[in-house]
Amino acid sequence: MNKPMISIRDIGKKYLLGVGGGERYKALRDVIANSVKKIFRGKASKESLKQIWALKNLSFDVKRGEKIGIIGSNGAGKSTLLKLISCITEPTEGEIHLRGRVSSLLEVGTGFHPELTGKENIFMNAAILGMRKAEVKRKYDEIVAFAEVEKFLSTPVKRYSSGMYVRLAFAVAAHLESEILIVDEVLAVGDTAFQKKCLGKMENVTKEGRTVLIVSHNMPLILNFCQRTVLLDKGKMVSDGKTSDIVQQYLSMARSGSGEVVWKNSEDAPGNDIVRLRSVRIFQDDKTSSTANVDISKDISIEISYWNFTNDVSLFAAIQLHDKMGTVVFCSSSHKSISSMYDGWYGRLYPAGLFRSVCSLPKNFLNEGMYSVTAIVGRAVADTQIMEKNVVVFNVNDTGEMRKEFYGGWAGVIRPRLAWQTQKIT
Amino acid sequence: MMHENYKVIKPKHGLIAIDFKELWQYRELFWFLALRDILVRYKQTVIGIAWALIQPILTMIVFSAIFGYLAKLPSDGVPYPIMVYTALLPWQFFAHSMSSSSQSVVGNAGIIQKIYFPRLIIPTSAVISGFIDFCVSFMVLIGMMAWYRIMPTGNMIFLPFFLLLAFMSALAVGLWLSALNVEFRDVFYIVPFLVQAGQYLSPVAYSSSIIPKKVLYLYSLNPMVGVINGFRWSILGTAAPNWYCIGISFVSVLIIFVGGLYYFKKMEKTFADII
Repeated sequence: MNKPMISIRDIGKKYLLGVGGGERYKALRDVIANSVKKIFRGKASKESLKQIWALKNLSFDVKRGEKIGIIGSNGAGKSTLLKLISCITEPTEGEIHLRGRVSSLLEVGTGFHPELTGKENIFMNAAILGMRKAEVKRKYDEIVAFAEVEKFLSTPVKRYSSGMYVRLAFAVAAHLESEILIVDEVLAVGDTAFQKKCLGKMENVTKEGRTVLIVSHNMPLILNFCQRTVLLDKGKMVSDGKTSDIVQQYLSMARSGSGEVVWKNSEDAPGNDIVRLRSVRIFQDDKTSSTANVDISKDISIEISYWNFTNDVSLFAAIQLHDKMGTVVFCSSSHKSISSMYDGWYGRLYPAGLFRSVCSLPKNFLNEGMYSVTAIVGRAVADTQIMEKNVVVFNVNDTGEMRKEFYGGWAGVIRPRLAWQTQKIT
Repeated sequence: MMHENYKVIKPKHGLIAIDFKELWQYRELFWFLALRDILVRYKQTVIGIAWALIQPILTMIVFSAIFGYLAKLPSDGVPYPIMVYTALLPWQFFAHSMSSSSQSVVGNAGIIQKIYFPRLIIPTSAVISGFIDFCVSFMVLIGMMAWYRIMPTGNMIFLPFFLLLAFMSALAVGLWLSALNVEFRDVFYIVPFLVQAGQYLSPVAYSSSIIPKKVLYLYSLNPMVGVINGFRWSILGTAAPNWYCIGISFVSVLIIFVGGLYYFKKMEKTFADII
């Protein structure tokens, strides 16, 4: 009985990409043309196909009742792995042994039909996910209550808010009696209260001995929920172990180790037709060179550079700082009432062009350890256009400035230098 | 002890068996997907499923007027409209099912890329939803038989066989086209042509008694020839069909069906990757 629920053995998945990577549809004409070419050349025009290993030589086991996180940057192979485990696509090599029914909760409302009502979709979706009608009937009230959509059961889901949509989708999948639940970045939507409820539900699910696999970019979620995490990069396993260690490793790997991220190609940069990021970097004394290792006893500058594409808009820049556990340490923005210094551009109409906003953090304020920056650029007061999570990661290094009297580590997210005074009262 | 849900995922090669046990586990999905098709098709229409009645009736009127009244083609001793209608029933069932099942896999791309279930269910339930329409339009036939005072004959017991044949024909072509459509979107343009040509190559608007003997066997390669002749014979009690022709149609369906199953099973593992 103690055999692993999932054993992954040397799994590999190869994709063929056409030149340019964009050839998605084959037309009969091309096939005929290629066959003719083949006759004349005597071999297939294989050169025109590029192979990509989305996953290669991946092996690991998942035990019964385990909650395991899968993290990695985009294109690391996370979703491919989930697709292989849930049988959606076939591996090119290797084997996966499953000892239980798999149900997947991938993306919001997959299999929901916008024209059907909430009730119809519950049955429909449950059937697609492999649930029997009798099983759904038994759990119907529970599902409806969980999704909090009692009043809208006979409304077509196309009229649902995105929150209601997610709630219903999650509720159906979470009530499946499968031994293995696969969750792919679903909790990104939905309000905090519902996210908590979902986590609670998943927690219960694992207590019942079911196994949960989660793919997410949301580090706090992974940290709070999974004991064990697997880090993938470019289709290979980088590490597998205790979540806090792996997340730390991922964050330090993420984007850049240089305390700087620059989008050379503006099309890849986060943003839209209004504003687009150009770079985010961390620097200290030397304005020209960025660093991922900052000195605790010096001011830290976080610089966001962005293109503004339209004339006469008023913009603001903001940051969110997270500690290594994913907790938000603080948020700050260039708004007049928030900035301690008057930002000369705040409230002005920005012409099109490249802008730079710098936020200065005082010295002796953050504790030692790792922090990650979320860069935000928005219009007017609260019209956020860009919110790029964990863009840059930096390490605050203690120089011993505040430890001349004692040598232990300081607890706490921040370590401000505050004023102390002692008086003799009597 | 082997776990009841033990499963090994690995690359499959060669002939792939159909997992009937799994299909059985998912049996409710056949019905749900078919029902969804029906619900969605008639949502936000004023007259709803009555469209399933109106389409064949209008076609019947046009065909009877042109081929019966103007061209004065023979009608095997039954009123022309009812002769046309008994053929339109299986023909429209076949044509609609074939077109919707050929688009079914691509149309469900979203689910296919996200959730696993036996893919065979998709084209099959498209045919089932066509069958639901068929049942609705069948009621018109009952009304027409009462109107023309035609008593059903004992041949009626063979109707299920021809119905099954029609179902298999639609599924056979649907399997081929739906799998081909994943890779070659050209199918989208081929289907309307198949429907149009097929209507004239099958004895829908006319009786197969006008087909010259010379080409009769060749003509019977079209699965719907056997189906329609069988329908007319078992419902209206017209002259017994040429059993050789029915046999040819039957074998032809079987070959297309088995080939379609093989091709579909072979391609299904790549659906999620290339759709």
